[in-house]
Amino acid sequence: MTRWLRVFFVGGVIAYRGLFNWIRPAMYIPTMLGSPLFQLIFFTKLGQYAHAQSRDFYVVGNSVQVCAMSSLYGMTMSVANERWFGTLGPLLASPANRAAVFLGRGLPVLANGLLVSAFTFGAGVLLLGFRPGLGALPALALILVITVASCTGLGMLLGSIGLRAKDVFFASNLAYFLMLLFCGVNIPLDVLPSWMSLVGRCLPLTHGIAAARDVAAGAPLSQVAGLVWTEAGVAAAYALAGFVSFRWLEHASRRSAVLDTY
Amino acid sequence: MNALRIVRIGFVINLRMLGTSGFFLLTSTIQPVIFATVAFYMFKSGGRSGTLLYAALGAGMMGVWSTTLFGSGGMIQWQRWQGTLELGVGAPPPMALVYLPFTLANAFTGMYALAATLVWGRIVFGVPLHFVHPWLFLLALPASVVALGLMGLVLASTFVLYRYANALSNLLEYPVWIASGLVFSTQVLPAWTRPISWVLPPYWGILALRHAALGGEVWGPLAMLTLLSIASLAISTLTFGLFEHLARARATLSLT
Repeated sequence: MTRWLRVFFVGGVIAYRGLFNWIRPAMYIPTMLGSPLFQLIFFTKLGQYAHAQSRDFYVVGNSVQVCAMSSLYGMTMSVANERWFGTLGPLLASPANRAAVFLGRGLPVLANGLLVSAFTFGAGVLLLGFRPGLGALPALALILVITVASCTGLGMLLGSIGLRAKDVFFASNLAYFLMLLFCGVNIPLDVLPSWMSLVGRCLPLTHGIAAARDVAAGAPLSQVAGLVWTEAGVAAAYALAGFVSFRWLEHASRRSAVLDTY
Repeated sequence: MNALRIVRIGFVINLRMLGTSGFFLLTSTIQPVIFATVAFYMFKSGGRSGTLLYAALGAGMMGVWSTTLFGSGGMIQWQRWQGTLELGVGAPPPMALVYLPFTLANAFTGMYALAATLVWGRIVFGVPLHFVHPWLFLLALPASVVALGLMGLVLASTFVLYRYANALSNLLEYPVWIASGLVFSTQVLPAWTRPISWVLPPYWGILALRHAALGGEVWGPLAMLTLLSIASLAISTLTFGLFEHLARARATLSLT
């Protein structure tokens, strides 16, 4: 168990540092902080112009959704970059527990997603006058952790495809934009056609965003427990699907000897 | 004559290369359609009438800007990675002329976005495509694309010296959408942002397209697009010359 945890925690952090050694403040700040900030302003102003929802609706929706910058792209890169750097072969030849290797990579990504979301919430407070009650903050933080974990689960699934796919970033980019449409980030689910609303309910973020909105509006955590548990279930389902897909593609790649090929 | 040949051949070759890129397919067709759909539903939920064509045009123009931005931002970087930047810089024609057709092709690819959002809006949301000044719309479209392409050339020139051009591209997408008022009026922005809007070709481009489609004065925005295109060409010629010289003097062209 100690070995498993060491691979999970230490391995995850070392892998993150190795795979993202190219990140510098000049790269991180515009991409991971600047872009989410302007996304928030863009949709808030669009909502204001369209007379659609309240300002808080967009602040919460977008502040939670921007975690996907880290959760989707970061997680995808955590697998795909091993292949790009030529280290995937040695990694998969090692006897390390695959679950610890795979899930451990999600931990720094999750932490980064939380940072991006927290920053965007902060920008909402400073620039747009978003004022959740102080008492709502712990519940909001808990919901955020679960929602970012859920989004990281989807990132794991997409990342696992990076074992074989030639251009996995196409899928990550597409997923990021589709979340803006399907997950109730900027459009209430009841405005969407029923099939879109149904798809949204099967995706990460949707239930977490709904819970975060209620809590920010003053609802107690107990009132949104159902939404939070559903989001946690979605997180577990996507992480499991990601791991199963990772293992299956690993075996398939070994069998066909295409592990490092493009 | 040689210059025209360089522009024509560079334009066609880059257009072909962009046609094989999944990323550009996403940026120029799928992403604008998704943003158009988001805007349609937001307008629908807000009950603003008569804004669907407005949203389709705006989302299309967002795609034109994204394609120009990522194309121009990525152009120098990709050439650097592929090892062809030195060849382009070392070629006898001025560097601005070598890269002009590339940025024009990037902006032209962005026109797919406008076509995609208009067709999508018509088929899925029944947006009526009745343009008040159809001929002026056909004039405003290439004028906007050329102006954006030339603005992309200015951006590309600054990326010769900047190692993190891609990060800057990521940052600049939303701010220009916002300041240009592509899917909402700039009246919802603070007054201090107006001068920023006035120097952005997408601002005048969307005004020209919007007025041609929905009614309004088109020639004023077209004149501003022409003025900004000439300014961009002049600035990019200067900056390409200056930054190329700096990169050569410091031996930092490859930035490795």
